[in-house]
Amino acid sequence: MNNIVFGQYYPSNSPVHKLDPRVKLLIVLFYVVTVFFVVDYAMYGALFLFIVAVALISKIPLRVLFRTVRAVVILVLITSAINLFFTKGEQLLFSWKFISIYKEGVERAIKLALRLILLMLFPSILTLTTTPMELTDAIESLLAPLKVIKVPVHAIALIMSIALRMIPILMEETNKIILAQKARGADFDTGGVLKKAKAMIPVLVPLFVGAFRRADELALAMDARCYSSVAKRTKYKVMKLTVADLVAALFCLSVFALVFLNKYLWHFDEMILSLFH
Amino acid sequence: MSIEVKNVTYTYSPKTPYAATALKGVTLCIEEGEYVGIIGKTGSGKSTFIQHLNALIRLQSGEIKVYDIDLSAKKPDLKRLRGTVGMVMQYPEYQLFDETVEKDVSYGPKNLGLDEAEIKERVREAITLVGLDYEDIRDRSPFELSGGQKRRVAIAGVIAMRPKVLVLDEPIAGLDPKGKQEILALVKKLKESFSPTVIVVSHDMDSVAENCDKIALFAEGEIARFASPREIFYDDELLAKTELDCPSVVKVSKELSRLGMSLPSMPVTKAELIAALRERRANE
Repeated sequence: MNNIVFGQYYPSNSPVHKLDPRVKLLIVLFYVVTVFFVVDYAMYGALFLFIVAVALISKIPLRVLFRTVRAVVILVLITSAINLFFTKGEQLLFSWKFISIYKEGVERAIKLALRLILLMLFPSILTLTTTPMELTDAIESLLAPLKVIKVPVHAIALIMSIALRMIPILMEETNKIILAQKARGADFDTGGVLKKAKAMIPVLVPLFVGAFRRADELALAMDARCYSSVAKRTKYKVMKLTVADLVAALFCLSVFALVFLNKYLWHFDEMILSLFH
Repeated sequence: MSIEVKNVTYTYSPKTPYAATALKGVTLCIEEGEYVGIIGKTGSGKSTFIQHLNALIRLQSGEIKVYDIDLSAKKPDLKRLRGTVGMVMQYPEYQLFDETVEKDVSYGPKNLGLDEAEIKERVREAITLVGLDYEDIRDRSPFELSGGQKRRVAIAGVIAMRPKVLVLDEPIAGLDPKGKQEILALVKKLKESFSPTVIVVSHDMDSVAENCDKIALFAEGEIARFASPREIFYDDELLAKTELDCPSVVKVSKELSRLGMSLPSMPVTKAELIAALRERRANE
């Protein structure tokens, strides 16, 4: 119970874990944009291999990585189904009463599913290899230029890190309260939706009371140490760009560049097809 | 025999990088009528152990029997178990939730499925037992009470289920000296009324030595010793090995013998110390 970990951080000592979180965050941003420019299966395959390679370098078991896709399975199924049934095209494959499926629909459904899965996988490597605290620091550092136009970047980052810090505490507290009420014979597992919702009241009330108490205590503790959000302060962990960051960034950007080159210049699909003709 | 624990091992988050073994082959028998103290450093497995006793943590391996309820069974009778083993958690006042004291205390008995009249009777009895005025306090909000009163109400919520075994996790943590004495006296009273077996987790060696018949000393997930307070607190080798603090009575007695004024017996409670000192003077 001492080390409840929030999120999905997977501790390991890999080169990817050690990269500057700012670099990782930016790479993921570029990646997300890139995915929308993928046009053919060859590039989907290439990106997939790229992700597997990064996962191997970061020593994350592929099982753990692919588990993150579960979160979007329903979204993938629904969007694919909608595209499958509602895309009108020229080549009719199948028709029954009011349902008609076209070749274009099948292709769109598959591509959309691939795109969503790819969109989930790579950012997952970021959250698997970076602690939420590092991410917050990275966001604060990347947003720093906004200070010029009087955006309270530091306060935003502080709110984020306190929120992140409180999640495991509240989770632990929730567990404790659930145990305590179970010890008093509470039953959270049986009954309909209404009964289950009602059973949660004895958990939620103490949880809220506790959250307010903690917030008060934290504010007092910060005041007692003369906290001020405008003071200039240094970081405990200084983020520094290294050669490794540069190499990683260049490697990833060149892979992404392939996608754009493919879309606008090369057209791999046609090249491969022409080999067979 | 009220509680029988055999070879219980427990690991948190097994098969993940965060796996942590909290209990390693714990075996223990507690007789009906015993007042058992559980001591040990933070993280030695005390809390994990007591949470097993009313199946808040399900057995991973080993056996536990509470009276005739077998916790190793696939589906133990949890309702009956929780009516049998009453668990007062750390800082129990943080579990209060209902609008009035009466409603909050009746939460447990209600979950046991008792009828209205029975619940009302038990709630009245429990609130009176913990030393509060039932008529005065029943309609007040538990959130407007003082710290000590809140803790009493929370304890009343557990004893309203009339458990035969009362388990308390650090019942006196965070109370002032008077509050501590009151809670300890209350536990004694409860033991005499309807919870003949009491198990207390505590870091307060004085209260443990003063009240317990037996002590289970936990160290790194194992029971280092299960014996009387006298056997544990006068075993210097064990104390050094487990970095255990002594009750003040034992400290006084050891200091006296270091100064060449050995006592005729090995006292662990204040009454025993006074008796030993009197005996020594009579012998001179």
